[in-house]
Amino acid sequence: MDLELNDTQRLIRDTARNFAREKVAPTARQRDREELFPVELLREMAGLGLMGVNLPAAYGGAEAGTVAYALALMEIAEACASTAVTMAVTNMCGELINATGNDAQRERYLPRLTSGEALCGAFALSESHAGSDAGAMRTTAVRKGDTWVINGSKQWISHGSHAGIFVVWARTSGEGNRGLSTFLVEAGAPGLVVGRHEEKMGLRGSSTVALTFEDLEVPADQLLGVQGEGFKYAMMALNGGRIGIGSQAVGVARAALAASVQYAKDRQAFGQPIGEFGAIREFLANMKLDLSAAELLVLRAAALKEQKQPFAREASMAKLFASEMSERVCDRAIQIHGGYGYIDEFPVERLYRDARVQQIYEGTSEIQRLVIARETFRAFAD
Amino acid sequence: MNFELTDVQREIQRMTREFAARELIPNARRWDEEHAFPTEAVKQLGELGLMGVAVPTEQGGAGLDNVCYAIAMEEISRGCASTGVIMSVNNSLYCDPIAKFGTDAQKEQFLAPFASGQKLGCFGLTEPEAGSDAAAQQTTAVRDGDHYVINGSKNWITNGPKADAIVLFTMTDKSKGNRGITAFIVPTDTKGFIRAEPDRKMGITGAHSCTMFFEDMRVPAANILGKEGEGFKVAMSTLDGGRIGIAAQALGIARAAFEEAVRYSGERKTFGKPIREHQAIQFMIADMATELDAGRLLVHQAATLKDKGVRHSVESAMAKLYCSEMSNRVTNKALQIHGGMGYSKEMDVERHLRDARITEIYEGTSEIQRIVISANVLKD
Repeated sequence: MDLELNDTQRLIRDTARNFAREKVAPTARQRDREELFPVELLREMAGLGLMGVNLPAAYGGAEAGTVAYALALMEIAEACASTAVTMAVTNMCGELINATGNDAQRERYLPRLTSGEALCGAFALSESHAGSDAGAMRTTAVRKGDTWVINGSKQWISHGSHAGIFVVWARTSGEGNRGLSTFLVEAGAPGLVVGRHEEKMGLRGSSTVALTFEDLEVPADQLLGVQGEGFKYAMMALNGGRIGIGSQAVGVARAALAASVQYAKDRQAFGQPIGEFGAIREFLANMKLDLSAAELLVLRAAALKEQKQPFAREASMAKLFASEMSERVCDRAIQIHGGYGYIDEFPVERLYRDARVQQIYEGTSEIQRLVIARETFRAFAD
Repeated sequence: MNFELTDVQREIQRMTREFAARELIPNARRWDEEHAFPTEAVKQLGELGLMGVAVPTEQGGAGLDNVCYAIAMEEISRGCASTGVIMSVNNSLYCDPIAKFGTDAQKEQFLAPFASGQKLGCFGLTEPEAGSDAAAQQTTAVRDGDHYVINGSKNWITNGPKADAIVLFTMTDKSKGNRGITAFIVPTDTKGFIRAEPDRKMGITGAHSCTMFFEDMRVPAANILGKEGEGFKVAMSTLDGGRIGIAAQALGIARAAFEEAVRYSGERKTFGKPIREHQAIQFMIADMATELDAGRLLVHQAATLKDKGVRHSVESAMAKLYCSEMSNRVTNKALQIHGGMGYSKEMDVERHLRDARITEIYEGTSEIQRIVISANVLKD
């Protein structure tokens, strides 16, 4: 085991940290209150290499690896989870295009994601009745000459309102997990209808929308990778995505712990700072431990992915543990803050609301547990 | 950044896993039932270099790193938690402080024979009235010429009934609190060293502990470990390492229970299918697997820092706290997965649960670990 960062990793982390502290954190509360999408921040982040951390330099990426990506995302999430999720999903879309697309697709789409020209990339898999069970999707793509005609709808599409590029799943044949294909769709394409912005509990600086496809015509050369391999691509993307959400969860929890430590020093009760009481110290110790375990799980999964080793089990563990940890830590942070934890003058109630979705998106906790159990039984069968 | 084991670490893992399968697992239940000290297994551990894993070879040890030690502790404890703690006490609590604070003469006499497994060591800090609060100890050492005269008692001393020597903590100046504590190395055949009968414990019954009394026991001043008044520092530094050992022990116990639960869940059928096809069981297995991995990462993190010579008190405390509590959760869930069979002495899981329980208490209770961690969190 070697926990030292290399120069690239340190540089990316420090770049993200400085930007997060100077630019992202000061406006996080306002974004949450007013549901503001961070257009300017995202463009600046692209300029810093944060929208394609693990993409080749030839396409404008930072080519810094998955560990650097996780470290950067933790920093952004510590400042603002909404900004972080937009970064995470865009990086995930870019990585999927890079892994499965042809050269023409890479050249055409990746520079737009990494440069910020497309602002962000959206991942359109979920439907109103098809979340964990992606194979139940009803959106179809039918071949017509040189185009695919897509009909159907998608739900819970993060920043679908602002994305320049959409990765869209649709059924091209068969049923269940077989016969799904993946398409690249550009914003403004006729037939791509962006629905109303969802009112959410948290992540209010990330605009979540439904998408409707009404005879959306997609040129055949925008089919990503191989027809019918869409389910495999979705799972591939989500395995990496889970490292992203795990990192986000770590960042949010770090913010909650930092706020709690500060509050425990400042707040007086019974004649002394509440940080002197054993009960508060027990909370803080548990939070620190929980967070440290999650950091290690996330960074291990990232290191395995970076070394091109199997990492599905480890990514699921990282996502499961970190997301549940994040809620536990935020919950204790509110408790330490007392009444102040329940109002938005302090960050912790926002952190708690932001943390909650991490157990749901990019594979619920329940799906992660099924993955881990399946991988465990498989390992013991060998 | 990487999380790989080195070739040497992998080899230690393979070797200790084989040893556990061959020598420990077939006997562990009997040792538990008979409260039998695993004499032959401990001798073999010595021959394999496992009684002084991280002690330099010229001082009788195996000269390996602390990650190797943690790996070996996990594997040995997976086979038998009693054997694991016997090994841990000799490695972490006896050899480690002598290697770190001992003089050359002390190392020759009191380290090499112990690190090589010819002799067995123990660690005497806890007293009936002084557990977590080490400064409350009442064992005294009073200077008399070039000797000290020691009076008092220690209890819960693991390896005490068999040990050939003890790293013993005493008060040389009560007025100074923690700074009045002094450590000695004392052969157990010293006149005035008296051992009580072994304790009757809930678990780790193959590892014997006892209370001991010191009655006008004369110990040469040359046997002071470190300096007079530095005993607290010796103790805390030692426990930073010891906690890695106990964390790895807890991890090994948890893994034993987990692996048995995974196996049983494939064999046992209810409602027409193996219980592992029920989501309730799958979820327990997934949580156990995740927590085991988290625990192992924390242990290896602390061991890696110790190998680098970096301060690792907080990381050791986190590893120990997490793994000991995790081990209790995991062994308990394993018992639940086994149902009534889990409660029966025909299976091993009830033993694992009993063995796991102590890991939250010795070498710093969970409460002490939380004090260490929170003090650090609030420090900056």
